[in-house]
Amino acid sequence: MAALAASFALASAATAGVLPEERADVLFHSYDGGGVTIQGPSLLVRKQFAEKFSASANYYVDRVTSASIDVVSTASPYTEERTQYSVGFDYLHDSWLLNLGFTSSEENDYSAETFSIGISQDFFGDLTTLSLGYSVGSDEVRRRGDSTFSAAVDRRQYRLGLSQVLTRSLLLGLSFETITDEGFLNNPYRSIRYLDDESVLGYSWHAEVYPRTRTSDAGAIRLRYYLPYRAALHAEYRAYTDTWDIGADTFELGYTHPIEGGWTLEARIRGYSQTAASFYRDLFPRAQFQNFMARDKELSTFESTTLRLGASYDVLRAGWRFVERGTISIAYDRITFDYADFRDVREDAPPGEESLYSFDADVVQVYMSFWF
Amino acid sequence: MLRAAGLALIVTLPFVAGCAVEPWVKPYERDRLADPIMSWDRDPVSSAYMHHVYEAREGARGATGSAGGGCGCN
Repeated sequence: MAALAASFALASAATAGVLPEERADVLFHSYDGGGVTIQGPSLLVRKQFAEKFSASANYYVDRVTSASIDVVSTASPYTEERTQYSVGFDYLHDSWLLNLGFTSSEENDYSAETFSIGISQDFFGDLTTLSLGYSVGSDEVRRRGDSTFSAAVDRRQYRLGLSQVLTRSLLLGLSFETITDEGFLNNPYRSIRYLDDESVLGYSWHAEVYPRTRTSDAGAIRLRYYLPYRAALHAEYRAYTDTWDIGADTFELGYTHPIEGGWTLEARIRGYSQTAASFYRDLFPRAQFQNFMARDKELSTFESTTLRLGASYDVLRAGWRFVERGTISIAYDRITFDYADFRDVREDAPPGEESLYSFDADVVQVYMSFWF
Repeated sequence: MLRAAGLALIVTLPFVAGCAVEPWVKPYERDRLADPIMSWDRDPVSSAYMHHVYEAREGARGATGSAGGGCGCN
């Protein structure tokens, strides 16, 4: 599914003046919600060389089985697999850290490649770290059952990050990111719904048409506070706007609490809300109503809430051979989605009078991490 | 607005950085900030996965990574 193919770079914990820590992670992920299940592994290895260089590699798989509301409305359930490889390279020079990355993602109807470069520098006695990053991506969109269809997407990302030590217990983080896309930006399988008196249902389907460009700006502020009894609180807010008129707010509040015996517990709540794209409608008056038309619920007005509980347990505290320590972790996220202008067309009701759609998703991660 | 704030930061910081600023949190006072629970991104594989989960289902994107840096403990 093309929507899942957007390449995502593994966030490099770019701390200027310090190479990324040497570690290996093995993660199994599972998503189950809205008729969609996605599972697979993610493996990461990071290793330092000659105290100046660091290299990393990540292998990630999504195995998708989808009978989502979009799929059952206009198509047939399907299964597919997406595989992603990422490699990264860091070079440390004084308080400068340079990083380069490449990510390749492949599925049967979508390919994506992304190159990235970033640089970080410490200032003010290492109390401030400034990071700049740039990525360029090129995607190819295909369509199952239509070997003649192929379309391209070009992507550019510009990132700016600032991390600031405010007090001996409080950290501040600021992030800005501008992303521009150009090319075939809609899903080749998705359709809009329009009123049609000649249809038994009262409506018919027609292929979506999106603009060929999109530019977005996002800015985030984060705070992390150390509580005196050894626990951490974090808070985050992100504002988002784009040229499709989507506006979004994201809030997050989290708490991390180590306890006796090598356990660390975590709880988190995240709230997200967005307004719809200017060319989104659940039901259009007619097939050729306007130039651009979408019925992707990702572009609709909706709210989402996530509750997370997580725990990790320290193993190998005395080390083992070249391994200094390790952890075993589990995280469970419950996500609810409530749509304000996307209706459940599986209901037998007059067009535009169906119930508003909503669903819950369960996300489970189990992973082992080793530092060496 | 967001882009303007980012650009202002890029333009002004190198000039300010040229000034001699006495670190107000001394290296020996950074033990709390060095604790792993204060890391912006303690589990990068897990956080990258969750960003992917959200990005595939939400209209918003970007500014999700750790801001880089941290305790300045080196």
